Amino acid sequence: MDYFAQQAINAIQLGSIYALIALGYSMVYGVLVMINFAHGDVFMVSSFFCFLLLLVLPVPFIAALLIVMLATAILGVCIERLAYRPLRNAPRVSAIITALGCGLVIQNTTLSISPYSQRMPELFTPVTWNFAGLTISSLQILIVGISVGLMLALDFFIRKTRYGMAMRAIAQDRVTVPLMGVPVNQVIAVTFALGAALGGAAGVLYASAYPVISATMGVLVGWKAFVAAVIGGIGNVRGAVLGAYLLGAVEVFTVTVLPSTYRDLVVYTLLLVILIFKPYGLLGRPAVQKV
Amino acid sequence: MLKASVFLLLTTCAVFLTGCTDPNRDAVKIGMNIELTGEIPAVGASSKNAAELFFNALNEQGGVTLAEGPKKVALIIRDNGGKADQAASVAQQLISSQDVVAMIGPNSSACAIPAGEIAESLKCVMISPWSTNPKTTLDQDSSQPRRYVFRGCFTDPFQATVLAKFALNDLGAKKAAVLYDVSSEAPLGQATLFRDTFTAKGGEIVAFETFTTGDKDFSAQLTNIREADPDIIFLPTYYNDVPLIAQQARRLGITAKFVGSDAWSSPEIIKLGGADVDGSYFCNHFSTQIATDEAKKFIADYTAKYGQPPDDVAALTFDSCGLITEALKAGGKNEREALREALAKIREYKGVTGTFRFEPGSGDPIKSAVILQIKDGAFQWVTNAQP
Repeated sequence: MDYFAQQAINAIQLGSIYALIALGYSMVYGVLVMINFAHGDVFMVSSFFCFLLLLVLPVPFIAALLIVMLATAILGVCIERLAYRPLRNAPRVSAIITALGCGLVIQNTTLSISPYSQRMPELFTPVTWNFAGLTISSLQILIVGISVGLMLALDFFIRKTRYGMAMRAIAQDRVTVPLMGVPVNQVIAVTFALGAALGGAAGVLYASAYPVISATMGVLVGWKAFVAAVIGGIGNVRGAVLGAYLLGAVEVFTVTVLPSTYRDLVVYTLLLVILIFKPYGLLGRPAVQKV
Repeated sequence: MLKASVFLLLTTCAVFLTGCTDPNRDAVKIGMNIELTGEIPAVGASSKNAAELFFNALNEQGGVTLAEGPKKVALIIRDNGGKADQAASVAQQLISSQDVVAMIGPNSSACAIPAGEIAESLKCVMISPWSTNPKTTLDQDSSQPRRYVFRGCFTDPFQATVLAKFALNDLGAKKAAVLYDVSSEAPLGQATLFRDTFTAKGGEIVAFETFTTGDKDFSAQLTNIREADPDIIFLPTYYNDVPLIAQQARRLGITAKFVGSDAWSSPEIIKLGGADVDGSYFCNHFSTQIATDEAKKFIADYTAKYGQPPDDVAALTFDSCGLITEALKAGGKNEREALREALAKIREYKGVTGTFRFEPGSGDPIKSAVILQIKDGAFQWVTNAQP
């Protein structure tokens, strides 16, 4: 029993990190109907921001988290302004290719600066508790706590604030809403800033949990978070969170009951099955409000 | 008149261009197909450093002595990104358009196996300094040794035997767990060979877990391993994966010792792993602590030039360069077939990583291995293992 409980803890930690990244994909898709493939690399570069910050200035954890989130948000807005906005009315394929290109630019810039993997300095010393055969570290609690906190804050922002309302409105109708006086560019910039900031938070948490960071690490995690967003219904924020925890749980519990080699097979078969029966994902509904 | 002058101009340009763009025209060209970027960039960097050290010294002495006199050696270094497809296309490019007489690398087995196939089909000597997977020097269809592919290191079956014996006899381990990257050729081969040898020699494999390249979370697999309660955990994975596995294992409260393969050998593992990998053992090709006189000179030169002691990839690349030079001298010609014949005739070669013995018809050297321990931030020599 404690074995399954331990695996459940592993699954929640993994799911929380997938969720933070998946939110970035889902929000941008919800507002712009565009898959921001650079997001995995934005996440990666945020962990390098954190690494650099700690090299220069050994700030406490919360300060590092906030500074990195801010820096990543600025990066997200810059990418939107420079690369995506000029193509907003271009064919969708062009936007996707641009996003892939941005991701590669970020990845290869990082690679040229740091071809080697880096060891992340410890942001704080985690305390490990053992009881009834379970091992929980304070880091795991922190990761889950911060992730859930940020997700609740985002949910509140989207549902209760004027900007959130504007985002939902643009998601519904990108043609009419600007006529009502909603500053579309500003709202889209905020969307990117929030998505990137969440990716930045994920980068910091990820780098504390898995303290070897490399320029290519965003690819696989980014893909998996994207898969999580699709399972949950891309464009739907709550769906992204659901999809991420589901993905984390399936990954971990596949390894629990089957040989670990079957993990990705099971995960992606599940994705296909879900998409066959629910083509818009678990919570996504066509033509109903997105974001 | 105009035609003639244009013609004259063009010929002058042509002469000028060939004379100018290709300073290596007269040199012996050796290609390097190595992992300068990607997952294991430290491997490519060591390889490049060692080859440059070797051939710079050789060129300063006048170059390699062929039948027509001494010739300089020009290295053409290309990055394969640590990816199999890129390694194959780099091999194609080096051999077909750069016209190299031999190719050094790739180092990782995943890259060396496809590159070896290209080298074999284009009839150009390839020597992989570090690829231990048996498939590198074997023809895919016939399972016969490839004619043009050689290597500078021992092979995985030997390494698995060394490690299984060491774990059973020296560490007194009865139960072993294995965790490896199932999508990478060398780890996959080493894991299965270790499992078979360890079981055959009376040990028990209590967990056999996998992950795929790029994974950073191993908690589910490690929780399985914790349940199985092994004496040791065998991690035949590259140096960049080991630190995260070790760290997560320790956080889960696993205290078993880690044992690794030669894929660990970069000093990067100490930088990235810190205290988590301290006390672990691994099998290696070379130790700076039991160096012969030749090896001492190499270590001193290398350290002086690059500011850090050579790792095993560097030493094996150095020896691979030595083997090629030896064969070039013996063959006497700057020509692929002559080089291949001469290389295949070498029976014994004394290098910085020990003595290489070649059986007729095989590109795999028979040579000894060492067991090292990571202790206090350095690789400490523990024991030797003879073939």
